[in-house]
Amino acid sequence: MVKLTINGRDIKADEGTTILYAARENNIYIPTLCSNEAVAPYGACRICLVEIKTARGRERLVTSCIYLVEEGLNVQTDTEKIRKIRRMLLELLLARCPDSEVVQDLTKKAGLEKTRFVEQTGNNKCILCANCARTCEEVVGVAAISLAKRGVEREMTTPFSEDFSEACIGCGSCSYSCPTGAISMEDKNRTRVIKWPHNTMEFKMKKCSVCGQYWAPEKQIEYIAKTSGTPLSDYDACPDCRE
Amino acid sequence: MAKLKSPGELEALRSSILKKRDPDKPCITVCNGTGCQAYGSKNIAAAFQEEVKRQNLAAKVDVKTIGCPGFCERGTLVVIKPKDIFYQRVRVKDVPEILSETIGKGNVINRLLYTDRTTNVKVTQEGEVPFYKRQMRLIIGNNGLIDPTSIDDYLAIGGYTALAKALKMTPEQIIDEVKKSGLRGRGGAGFPTGSKWETTRKAIGETKYVICNADEGDPGAFMDRSLVEGNPHSILEGMIIGAYAIGSHEGYIYIRNEYPMAVRHMRIAIEQAEACGLLGENILGSGFSFTIKIKRGGGAFVCGESTALMASLEGRVGEPRAKYIHTSEQGLWGKPSNLNNVETWANVPLIINKGADWYSRIGTEGSKGTKIFALVGNISNTGLVEVPMGTTLKEIVFDIGGGIPKGRKFKAVQTGGPSGGMIPESLLDLSVDFDELTRAGSMMGSGGMIVMDEKTCMVDMARYYTTFLEGESCGKCIPCREGLRQMKYILDGITEGRGKEGDIELLEELSATLIDASLCALGSTAPNPVMSTIRHFRNEYEAHIKEKKCPAGVCTFEAVKVK
Repeated sequence: MVKLTINGRDIKADEGTTILYAARENNIYIPTLCSNEAVAPYGACRICLVEIKTARGRERLVTSCIYLVEEGLNVQTDTEKIRKIRRMLLELLLARCPDSEVVQDLTKKAGLEKTRFVEQTGNNKCILCANCARTCEEVVGVAAISLAKRGVEREMTTPFSEDFSEACIGCGSCSYSCPTGAISMEDKNRTRVIKWPHNTMEFKMKKCSVCGQYWAPEKQIEYIAKTSGTPLSDYDACPDCRE
Repeated sequence: MAKLKSPGELEALRSSILKKRDPDKPCITVCNGTGCQAYGSKNIAAAFQEEVKRQNLAAKVDVKTIGCPGFCERGTLVVIKPKDIFYQRVRVKDVPEILSETIGKGNVINRLLYTDRTTNVKVTQEGEVPFYKRQMRLIIGNNGLIDPTSIDDYLAIGGYTALAKALKMTPEQIIDEVKKSGLRGRGGAGFPTGSKWETTRKAIGETKYVICNADEGDPGAFMDRSLVEGNPHSILEGMIIGAYAIGSHEGYIYIRNEYPMAVRHMRIAIEQAEACGLLGENILGSGFSFTIKIKRGGGAFVCGESTALMASLEGRVGEPRAKYIHTSEQGLWGKPSNLNNVETWANVPLIINKGADWYSRIGTEGSKGTKIFALVGNISNTGLVEVPMGTTLKEIVFDIGGGIPKGRKFKAVQTGGPSGGMIPESLLDLSVDFDELTRAGSMMGSGGMIVMDEKTCMVDMARYYTTFLEGESCGKCIPCREGLRQMKYILDGITEGRGKEGDIELLEELSATLIDASLCALGSTAPNPVMSTIRHFRNEYEAHIKEKKCPAGVCTFEAVKVK
């Protein structure tokens, strides 16, 4: 166990945990957009910046989603400096994704009504945190989507920006991991519809042989059967009806 | 060539090379650097070879193509050794005359000599040219002495003696020597090289990597290119010594593919060093083994950042990551990795040969040794300048650089590449080292120095560099990607006549956020051009915004006039 203080509170955390998770464990709120327990730390949104002072007296700003707890660390999560930086980051994000409710909400919480910057159109609600692509690659192991291009041209897209991603199994993890609702997923009986910022994909659902419910995309079931080495017939019935 | 099995065999080889050479035999050296090649130096070298054959002079003179000695402005450069007769702006038509007059009769051709601008006197010897005379060319100077594709040439000027010496020292002794020398990383950040080596040496792990960063991406900077092209063995020697000190057996040189000659020369150098037993298994019979591979970069500016470079080396997208865990502990493929810049590696043999005491006498309190600057822009003597740390900007720009051409006035000099700051005339007495430049709101960077005259609009320059950085931002983190996008919008607006009250303050606010919140140094240094121009040339911003006037007459405000 490592002993540290966050906002003056003495806290104990397991070695190897990030400041962000140590704070969460102790009900200390640090806003963040791109952090997700399921994938490796990335540090893109910078909203979770905190001020630290190390045991050796070094003071600096770090992203709490990456920086690991250490003995004697003194963390401040809500100083004037941090609030200022967060406000500016959110103001930039609001210009990028004016339609995102999540960004609007965070911006309001930070005390901002509107952005002074040029608003962009056509970005959907995507902040390019790559949670979707990272989950798809690191958790699902499929890498059906990724980020393409560089800098301001950067976008989340399918291979070669084609309408259809051959590799996609329709699991919808991208939608679950998206912090801003830029990717949506809807099951309409026989069809699952996943909407990405640049296109829409549809997947045929499998019908449960017992209850008749459409319970998962066929491609996903094939993928699970293949990666787990189990016969496809195991998946005729949905999990609820399986013996 | 048989592999050398001991330092003694290396010395024997060196003696046999030197014995075959007559130091008094004239040698015509033709600069084959990329700059001079643009002037047609390849044809000139070929013409010399042909003409030597035609006039039957092979017994009387040698012809050698060399790397860039630095005075690019006056290319193609030809120096005739051993008298060091310096001919500039040489063209193919001058070749027969040089051979018949200078080599044949010993006459100097006046027309090809350099004229000192201040005294109007012709200068005969290379060392007497004011551009060179005021420099201290410890590193780049060797470019003029050797054919970069010849290991014999490098051995003839004492090459690999530092390696032989280092292999007799303990790794700790080497690290101590480098620490004592005060050498700081020439890639820009100025981190103490010896400490970096020590951390990597002490890091836990069997496999450790040594990397040379030759991904020189700053517009207008070409010192690393010239070193790799002109003296690749010096970099290899530095890397082998570093690897031995660190305990690494695998090294990589990351060169951008836009530097084809650098890649070619380095490849030849590696093959030669391997053939001689200076690289590979059991180097000079010491039991120490080390290999070096070249990796070519795709030319993304951000890949010069160490973590992005390592990602690219691994075959992944070149994006930086947070460096809370240093690359010296977890770098390439998660292993302890020591990355240094080309020029840093090239300094290492010098330190080992001459000692830390000698080296640390050069330079300032906090910055030791010399630094090579690429002097470009509105400057009379474009080229590479190597001076001791602590030389003033004035000396570099006026005494060495020859001042501003066309009788114009000096306005600013930008140091440190696209994310460096612009330094105004009032600070020309600043002595150039890592700390002084940072204090002035700029940085050393890799050593670019772009001089601007009075006809330069500083707001337009800030816009230009911000546009460059916006295009080169990897786009991973929000402050850099979105912040630079908005900064560019604002600067576009100001230079096009759409500037409004509050723009300067908003730029300042954005800058502060980029500095504090960016993931890597590209983002955190990107506001430098904007911040430094606001700091030193605020009146120009105000003229653009309030009066819709560009004091330098660069911005035309077309968009406003049309309305």
